[in-house]
Amino acid sequence: MDQAAALLDYVLRLADSNLVLGQRLAECCGHAPELELDIALTNISLDLMGQARSLYQYAAELKGEGCTEDDLAYLRTEREFRNPLLVEYPNEDFAYTILRQFLFDAYNQLFYQALQNSSDARLAEIAHKSIKEVRYHLRFSAEWCIRLGDGTELSRQKMQTALDDLWDYTAELCTPNATDQTLLSTGVAVDLEQLKAPYFERVEEILTKATLEKPNYEPFQQGGKEGSHTEFLGHLLAELQVLQRTYPGAEW
Amino acid sequence: MDKKSWPLWEVFIRSKSGLQHKHVGSLHAVDAQMALENARDVYTRRNEGLSIWVIPSSQIVASEPEDEYIFEAAKSKVYRHPTFYDIPDEVGHM
Repeated sequence: MDQAAALLDYVLRLADSNLVLGQRLAECCGHAPELELDIALTNISLDLMGQARSLYQYAAELKGEGCTEDDLAYLRTEREFRNPLLVEYPNEDFAYTILRQFLFDAYNQLFYQALQNSSDARLAEIAHKSIKEVRYHLRFSAEWCIRLGDGTELSRQKMQTALDDLWDYTAELCTPNATDQTLLSTGVAVDLEQLKAPYFERVEEILTKATLEKPNYEPFQQGGKEGSHTEFLGHLLAELQVLQRTYPGAEW
Repeated sequence: MDKKSWPLWEVFIRSKSGLQHKHVGSLHAVDAQMALENARDVYTRRNEGLSIWVIPSSQIVASEPEDEYIFEAAKSKVYRHPTFYDIPDEVGHM
């Protein structure tokens, strides 16, 4: 894989992760259990959308030929999306929303921290800006994991159910692929292998505080970063992209 | 929302350039920690502030409208205002 192709793939992966997770949180607007939570979740969504925009703008420049951030977000098909599977998982209930967020935030904070040292100045800059937001996201989602896990019998049950499901998707986050290998040699990419131990340490620390049981199977789901997605992504993109596809070039 | 486990809290925010905390509104939360975080989410979206105070609404003690007479006495006491007094020039700026 050549450097340019790998870089574009890498940036799109980051942008897609933020867009898809941001979209999932946006679905909570008006539906969260409490008003204050509604605002908190949509705030996080907006933060992620902001990060997605910076990344899509960079990707558009890398692509050239007049490509814009909107082309990348609204006109690419499912198999062109490079986000890990975890972020496309639907909002089954509030436990899923919070746990999905936590499992991603714990990784994202470590990732951005490392990305600040990327040899790619643009990525380092984006990481430097984004980490301030992600620190807060992690604080929010970790706290709510603990509140719900170490909550009532019902909330704990729901959290355990969500954990048993979502655990399978944690493997992909810290698993490097060909893109990572290509970019590691030039110092652009983060060494995901290095994140694995601290990530699972952090996750297990919070799960323990939340009195939740770590599932007793090895997580193994992969493929999102290569474009092989769950059946959920298609529906998400249909909603996200329908307006632009029906009325190309439409503007507010 | 269970009214008993999600009491109402009053929120006060001091802005970057401000000298005092101003009342900005109220919200529901289970405990102080959540109240602070909810306040951050709800009331500092547009960079309104740097410092947050939250207090359970039940802790606020307020004067009663019927007790307005306690404010009567201050109305015609013009000598309680500093501007009532002429400062001789020799004193300079006080």
